[in-house]
Amino acid sequence: MEFNLQDVDSIIDHWGPKPASLLQILLDVNHQYRYLPQEAIQRVAQRLSMPVSQVYSVASFFKVFSLKPRGRVIMHVCTGTACHVKGGPRIIERLEQDLNMKTGETSEDLFVTLETVNCVGACAAAPVVMVGEVTYSEMTPSKTSLLVKELREKES
Amino acid sequence: MSRLNSVQDLERLREEINRKRDSIKKRIRICGGPGCYSGGGVHLVPVFEENLSQRQVSREYMVTLTGCHGFCARGPIVVIEPQNIFYERVHKERVAEIVEKTVLGDALVEDLLYSDPLTGEKIVRERDIPFYAGQERIIFNDTGLNWSTDIDDYISRGGYSALAKVLSGMQPEQVIEEVKVSGLRGRGGGGFPAGVKWESCRRARGEIKYVMCNADEGDPGAYMDRALLEGNPHQVLEGMIIGGYAIGATEGYVYCRYEYPLAVKNCNWAIQQAKSYGLLGENILGSGFSLDIFVNRGGGAFVCGESTALMASLEGKIGEPRGKHIHTVEKGLWMRPSNLNNVETWASVPHIINRSGKWFASIGTERSKGTKIFSVVGKINNSGLVEVAMGTPLRKIVYDIGGGIPGGKRFKAVQTGGPSGGCVPEKLIDLPVDFEKLKQAGSMMGSGGMIIMDEDTCMVDVARYFLTFLAEESCGKCVPCRVGVKRMLEIVTRICGGKGKPGDIEQLEELGRSMKEAALCGLGKSAPNPVLSTIHYFRDEYEAHVYERRCPAKVCKALITYVIDVDKCTGCGRCRIKCPEGAILGAKKECHVIDEDICVRCGICLESCKFGAISIE
Ligand SMILES: Cc1cc2nc3c(=O)[nH]c(=O)nc-3n(C[C@H](O)[C@H](O)[C@H](O)COP(=O)(O)O)c2cc1C
Ligand code: SF4
Ligand code: SF4
Ligand code: SF4
Ligand code: FES
Ligand code: FES
Repeated sequence: MEFNLQDVDSIIDHWGPKPASLLQILLDVNHQYRYLPQEAIQRVAQRLSMPVSQVYSVASFFKVFSLKPRGRVIMHVCTGTACHVKGGPRIIERLEQDLNMKTGETSEDLFVTLETVNCVGACAAAPVVMVGEVTYSEMTPSKTSLLVKELREKES
Repeated sequence: MSRLNSVQDLERLREEINRKRDSIKKRIRICGGPGCYSGGGVHLVPVFEENLSQRQVSREYMVTLTGCHGFCARGPIVVIEPQNIFYERVHKERVAEIVEKTVLGDALVEDLLYSDPLTGEKIVRERDIPFYAGQERIIFNDTGLNWSTDIDDYISRGGYSALAKVLSGMQPEQVIEEVKVSGLRGRGGGGFPAGVKWESCRRARGEIKYVMCNADEGDPGAYMDRALLEGNPHQVLEGMIIGGYAIGATEGYVYCRYEYPLAVKNCNWAIQQAKSYGLLGENILGSGFSLDIFVNRGGGAFVCGESTALMASLEGKIGEPRGKHIHTVEKGLWMRPSNLNNVETWASVPHIINRSGKWFASIGTERSKGTKIFSVVGKINNSGLVEVAMGTPLRKIVYDIGGGIPGGKRFKAVQTGGPSGGCVPEKLIDLPVDFEKLKQAGSMMGSGGMIIMDEDTCMVDVARYFLTFLAEESCGKCVPCRVGVKRMLEIVTRICGGKGKPGDIEQLEELGRSMKEAALCGLGKSAPNPVLSTIHYFRDEYEAHVYERRCPAKVCKALITYVIDVDKCTGCGRCRIKCPEGAILGAKKECHVIDEDICVRCGICLESCKFGAISIE
């Protein structure tokens, strides 16, 4: 989605331009653009009358935020305990190998970002992988590999 | 929706809702909980609706998307009332048949019924299935019955009657007394008596006070809070409103992890509905008491589940804990009196008010009252959410309810209390599970996560897993935690990597003991637990890693090798083609071999061999 100040402003207005809203505003901006554009951070700081550094400190404290653009597909492999004992780590290894990148990185063509998440609350279906808001249950390395292939085919 | 101005209005509404439902012949409950949702449960709703409307019988049958039924391993689940016929693993293609046979008719779709793994016997009714029969469902009872996004459904089952009872004559002190009598202890980890906390908050001086709900559910592997908040949000809200009245709060917050978008959505939805009925907001039920509740999302930091960090985060700051010398019940959010309880704690309150504190206190053990919801997951057949009375033996949870370990493997341990807890080994399988007994066993209740581990789980790897988690989640404010966790992680990583040294195990114990003393908040104080408890019960496994360079569970990569069995290998070449490292050599139709030096132990070959010729040593 193209960055535009009006969208950021309407998010700020929704929560109210007060310091207490900072986290909620950043969450919505991060969701909308899949990361926190620098212009947005500056706008938030300006409207909430706080130093840019304070906005940055909150943005870097919480795991959810990304300061760099992320892929069109964001894959979250669950690293919660249930998923760990049921083979989550092998899914990550396979994805890293398949995509030739490390967890936390984004592919150069901005197709995919690979991240981990500490439990999405679907532990009975472990191990799980999330793509955007869709949860894939009882995954294996091979099933995940296939999923990435399908996603890429769907895109082209 | 019209506003309810009195307790009588609420009762009239309830009668009206129930009268309207008289004409409904059957109710189809489709599970929309976290497990079934991802399995496609949510997509069944429109299919059922369409099917019924094509037959022009929509008015006589009610289709509801409910919260989690608990038996998530068998999802997507569909239950047909009034007989409560239980169908498991239901997919779209089966809907027409279910409607035809069980909804319009009274026949069963045999192959969708639960079949007992031992006897093969088909079980028809939900509550006859051993998984449910062994439980004592109170707090979690209605989640699977409840139409998650419909306040009328909650009201039809008696919802908000506890609030009505409180507002029609109970003094705040009486409410607090009832909760104290119940013996209810916080379900978020600490186990602090809820009534005592409420009393201190009521007594604290301040014009503005807050009630808060901790839905940060940081224990990775626990999801009962998600299930409750998402599936039955009004039960949690009703508890909070009662609590708000008791302590004299005017504002409330639900702090929910962002990883649970559906819980946030359903809770917001519920707040809007409650407000339009006048059950929340100004002048609740005409009583003069007013309370507003807002939902805030977290940002994915485990430490924000800690009360003071949570409040800092609500203020828009980074989530760093502060020292415990200032109590949040006196000076919490914005330095005002604040009462924080866990989702499950709040959800218990309406039951206590309706059925009395004495009744609640009659369940459970001497110092742990009531029931507890556990998230029983990992290497277990019936993974799901289980509610049992405090003091229920672990064996009953793992075997009678949980159905034992899959694949005929041996039960090894259960991890409870998440990153702050520890492992309870097989030899303690008869342990009655409550706050005290778990603590004595070197673990803790935590929020109720129970990760079942079998013989294929390496306990040193488990310790490393939690240390990695904690090293990432430590906020870094105090040195003992920041440095201590990192040091422990280095040592455990070394042990897993086959480079453990004599004295490492002792050093871990030493470090753990001093961190427990010196760390500032609960995260650091309890961070050594997963290590100390695994050393305590599985020292031999640590020693095998250090002294014999061996991982008995065959998990730690540096200590295992993949080998091909000469007798089983047909020389099909599949593994050779699949191996990403080119580590497998062999001519067609001849036995293949793995070059140990090139192999990165990814396991792809093992997965790809159709003849079971590859194994780990
Ligand atoms: C590091 C840390 C993480 C915590 N995470 C949670 C959590 O996710 N959910 C929760 O309810 N309590 C959590 N707690 C406990 C809370 O600090 C607090 O005791 C609790 O929410 C109070 O509610 P209760 O008395 O109803 O349990 C955590 C504590 C610590 C030290
Ligand atoms: S113990 Fe750890 S998490 Fe807690 S304040 Fe200290 S550094 Fe932060
Ligand atoms: S896949 Fe199995 S049978 Fe085929 S060559 Fe490899 S080890 Fe032998
Ligand atoms: S474990 Fe992986 S690297 Fe090693 S031989 Fe098998 S496929 Fe190749
Ligand atoms: S541990 Fe993966 S969803 Fe909970
Ligand atoms: S999610 Fe359907 S039973 Fe738990």
